[in-house]
Formats: sequence, structure tokens, C-alpha cells
Amino acid sequence: MGIEARKIEDAGLRAGVSRLTPEKIQKAFKALMAGEGGARLATYVETCVRCGMCAPACHYFLSHDGDPSYSPVGKVRQTVWELIRKDGRVDPEDIYGMAQVAYTECNLCRRCMHYCPLGIDTAYIMTVVRRLCHKLGVTPQYIQDTAHSHSAVLNQMWVKDDEWIDSLQWQEEEAREEFPGLRIPLEKEGADFMYSVIAPEPKFRTQLIYQAAAIMNNAGLNWTMPATPGWDNSNLAMFSGDSEIMGRIERAHFETAQRLRVKRIVMGECGHAFRAVYDVANRWLGYKWHPVPVIHSVQFFWELLNEGKIKIAEKYPGPVTIQDPCNIARGRGLMGMLREVVGELCDGIVEMHPNREHNLCCCAGGGVINCGPPFKNVRLTGNKAKADQLAATGVKTVIAPCHNCHGGLHDIIHHYNLGMELKFLGDIIYKNMERPQA
Amino acid sequence: MRQIYELAVGPLAWAAFAVFILGSAWRLYSMYQLAKKKDGPFLTYMSWKFSLRSIAHWLTPFGSLGWRENAGVTIATFIFHLCLIGLPILALGHVVLWDRYHGIAYWSLPEGVADIMTLAVMACCLYFAYRRLANATVRYVGSVQDFVVLTLAFAPFCTGFLAYHQIGPPLVMTTLHILSGELMLMAIPFTRLSHMIFGLFARAYVGSEFGGVRHVKDW
Repeated sequence: MGIEARKIEDAGLRAGVSRLTPEKIQKAFKALMAGEGGARLATYVETCVRCGMCAPACHYFLSHDGDPSYSPVGKVRQTVWELIRKDGRVDPEDIYGMAQVAYTECNLCRRCMHYCPLGIDTAYIMTVVRRLCHKLGVTPQYIQDTAHSHSAVLNQMWVKDDEWIDSLQWQEEEAREEFPGLRIPLEKEGADFMYSVIAPEPKFRTQLIYQAAAIMNNAGLNWTMPATPGWDNSNLAMFSGDSEIMGRIERAHFETAQRLRVKRIVMGECGHAFRAVYDVANRWLGYKWHPVPVIHSVQFFWELLNEGKIKIAEKYPGPVTIQDPCNIARGRGLMGMLREVVGELCDGIVEMHPNREHNLCCCAGGGVINCGPPFKNVRLTGNKAKADQLAATGVKTVIAPCHNCHGGLHDIIHHYNLGMELKFLGDIIYKNMERPQA
Repeated sequence: MRQIYELAVGPLAWAAFAVFILGSAWRLYSMYQLAKKKDGPFLTYMSWKFSLRSIAHWLTPFGSLGWRENAGVTIATFIFHLCLIGLPILALGHVVLWDRYHGIAYWSLPEGVADIMTLAVMACCLYFAYRRLANATVRYVGSVQDFVVLTLAFAPFCTGFLAYHQIGPPLVMTTLHILSGELMLMAIPFTRLSHMIFGLFARAYVGSEFGGVRHVKDW
């Protein structure tokens, strides 16, 4: 029981702890507490009455047959309580375990906030642990690589400046075969909105850019995309504990939109990117809200359909089920709009249970899938509960308007042989929208 | 024994209330100062409407997903806290003391009801103690402190019950009751019993974030 019994070798964690001593760890811990440690952490640690009510909230706990070391309070016990008890003077190997818990055994989904009567934010506590691990240089290799990429080229996928433009122009060229007048307007100042995406899109999901361009074009929208860094709205630095780089990325994103003097930013179908922009990185930069208004694709599509700018020619054969991504359902209340959109697009919805803001996480978010292959099995065994949810719907298609949910559910569907397929909203809108031009 | 009793109802009572009230005030004040210093960006979202909305749902039995999925704990927690807070304020013996020492008189619980409530508190304490041993998660995160705190809460009600029913030497039992009550009062600002002070604010913050920023329920 506990992380000691299930440590996984990761080159990043191993290299990181090899540089540590108990003195260094203590020094970093004390500095963190003196610096960023505040009333929230103090209150949460002091007022936890160890009631254990948070346990049934967590998909890890549920999927591991009630193993208490996976419960939210169990995660805190293995990390922050231990650190506080020893005033930070722990062994490097302890930090290894704590890093593994914080980076790969919690998706920061905040479902446990619906269970704790005292409102203790376990996700926040995990981010504090990640912050300490980042400062100690102990992060899983794969996610650290994305943080390095953010740092070097302002996007998480090592996409070079010219590769970005090339990808867009390539998709534009492809799309023009289907929609002759189509343009992906680059650097169009004063457009109604800037469309931003996560770096994996130009890297290996370029058809999503094609589809988005087709939809914008079809709807006759006045839009633009930047040709400069600042196009990536994703933010893995937020998850690695690198708040400084997190801030740099967000500043670039906002300032690009400001440079283009757009009225707002429309973000692609991603959950964590929205979280970073909406209420994490913006706060680091000192904004209460946003210098340029931001909306998520779910809301954007809802507007397009409501305003009649996009009409659906033929509904997607249903019924389908809806995966409420943590960051836009529990994290932004878009489940109502999501259902209205899916209702327009698809022939019937079968809800999974629980759903909406009570939905279970996909187990990929919070940076966990970004920790890469060493931890894939952690995500699979950690979310049997999701497989059960999906199977119980009896449908063949899951609508998942989030990249992480796609990755996470894809792996779960295959591992548990569920035979279901995944769709972005953009996939269906692109395929089934009326095409006056075609 | 008489002297200890006089000490308990005299200077120690003053001390206990002083520590409880001033201690709680100081803890609230210093936590708020810490929040202003380090958590400023999060204080800014505090909202009366969403705080109260969240607190209202969480003060309702089964009013949240967490309460609903932990039925046993919910029932015990509500009964326990209602009686725990109601009895010290409304028990006849206490109202009599307020009247006698300070001339403050108000309504008190019928004695039979107070008796049942006291037994309820004790039963809930036993349930919590049992749960600390039987529930895997609680066991995993438990420590001696859990039982210390539970005993702190249990003792005043047990000794109060015994004193009221004149089981054991009355003066001894009454004195023990008073001392254990005073001990609990003094412990509130400085142990996890402080959830009494801070719990509402932590809930208010979550309610404000979930309601005002995320536009979702936090229950």
C-alpha cells in the first residue's frame, strides 16, 4: 500500500533525486513555505479532520478497489503532511515517491471538492507538491520536456516558428480543394477573434485545424491566427510546477491577441489550456480576469449554431454519450451548452453517470498523460471506473471536447475493449454542416 | 475538591473563555493577514452570494454529493454537531449558571431532550471511534491525535451525563465535567477543532470560486 509499493522508474525523477540531499530538500521546502505558502495551505492542513469522505470522489480510489493510498487525503498524507511533520527534512527517495504521487496519481480534477465538507482543495495541495518538486528539479522526463519546449519556442511540441506557418498553409492548401475560397487569415489585425490551439494540433492533429478553418470559412467569420509564437494556448508548465514559464506562455498568448487587436480569443477544444488561460496563468500575471475575453470552442459552437451561422445538414447517427471534461464542465459550467450543441449535432444522447460537474475525470488530465509512456498503465488501472461508466451507456460514440479526454479515453477504450469511438465537436460539425459553397 | 471546583467555575472558567474567544479571534485575524499577504489573488473572488449558497447546501443533510455518498458519516456528523453546539448553550444546568453568575436568563432545553442529545453525542463519538478503526481510508491517514481530539469532545458530554444523573461522587463528576469542557474550549483555536472557525471560510472560498468563477455547483 502506498507509493513505496508501486514506484515506477522514470529518467527525469531519477536524475532529479540523484542531485538531492535532505539539507537541500529542507532548504527548498522552507523557502517555499515562507514564500508561496499561504493561508489556503495552512487552513487545509490544519482543518482536515480525517473523515475520509473524500475517498469515494476519486477515480483512482474507486478503480483500485478502495485502496486508501489513492484517496485524496491519502495523497496528502503521503506528501504534504510528511513534509510538514519533518519540516522538509526528508530523503531524496521520499521526494521521488511524492513526485510520483503528485504528478501521476492526481489529475487535479477537483471532484473531491464536491465531497469534502470543509472545502479542502486537494488539487491545490498537489500543485504545491509539484511546485516543490519542480524547484528541486524532480519532474517526470516527458512533462519536463514539454516545459523545456515551452521555454525554448513558446509551445509544448518543439514546433519551430516556420513549421507553425507551414502547417497552417499546408492545411489551408488542402482545405481549398474542398472549399475553394477558404483562407486561414494570418496576422489579420482587428479581426473579430483570434483562434488559438494547442501545440499537438499542428504536430499530429492537423486535420483539426483543417476542420476549424472549414467551419470558420463556412460561417463567414472574420477571424485570424497568429503567425508568431503566442499561438499555443496549452500550458504544461502550469502542470510541471514551473509557474514562471507558465506566466511567460500566457503573456505571449494574451499579448499576441492584443497585438492583433482582436475582440476576443476563441480556444480550440482543449481542457487544460482553457484552465491555464481562464483562472490560473492569468492570475499569475496579475489579471483578475482577462485582458482579452476568452471563450472555449464549446461556447463558440453554441453561439454559431444559435446564431444560425452554421446549420447542420444531417445529424450524426446516435445515440452518443458525453464526456464532460473536468476543465470545462466542473471547471467552467459549459455542460449545458455542450448538451445543447450535441443535441443539435447528434441523434440522441445517453448520459453516463455521474455526469456534468460530478463527472469522473478521464485520468489523462492534470499533466498525467503528459508524463508519458512510463505512466500509461497508471492511467489505465487508475480509471477502470471510467470504463465502467462508458460501458454502461451502451452507445458506440463518445463526444469528448477536450484533447486530454481524447487521449485518456482512447487508451481506456482500447485497454478495456469497449469498442467505442471518440469525436470532437469539430469533427461532427465539419462533416455534417451544410456546405453552400461545395 | 471544593477548592478545585471553585477554581474551575472561577478563574479557570474566565481563562477558558478568554483563550477560546481571544484565541479564536487571534487565529482568524492572523490567518486573514496571511491570506492577504500570500493568497491575495484568491481573496479577490470572495463573494457573499456564492459563499452563502455553498454553505447553505453543505449545512443541509444530504445537500451535497459528498454527504449523499457518505450516508453514515453524514447522519452522525449532523446529529453530533447539532447536539455538540446546542447542549452547551441550551442545557438547563448551564443556563442556571449564566443566570446565577451573570444575571443572564434564557430558554433551556427540556431535561429529557437534553439527556437524549447527550447520549446522541456519546453514541456519535463511539461511531466515529469505530469508524477510525474500521474504515480503511480513515485508518490510513489516522494518528493518535484523532483519538485525543475525539476524547476531548467526548469527555465533557460523558462527565456531564454522569454528573447530571448523580452517578459517582457529584462534586468530583461536576468538577471533571467543568474542567473537561474548559479544556475543550481552550483546544478549539489550537487544534484541528479549529475547523469550527476556519471551515466556514474555506467553504466560502470554494463556493466563491466554483460559483463565481467556474459557474458550477460545489456541492
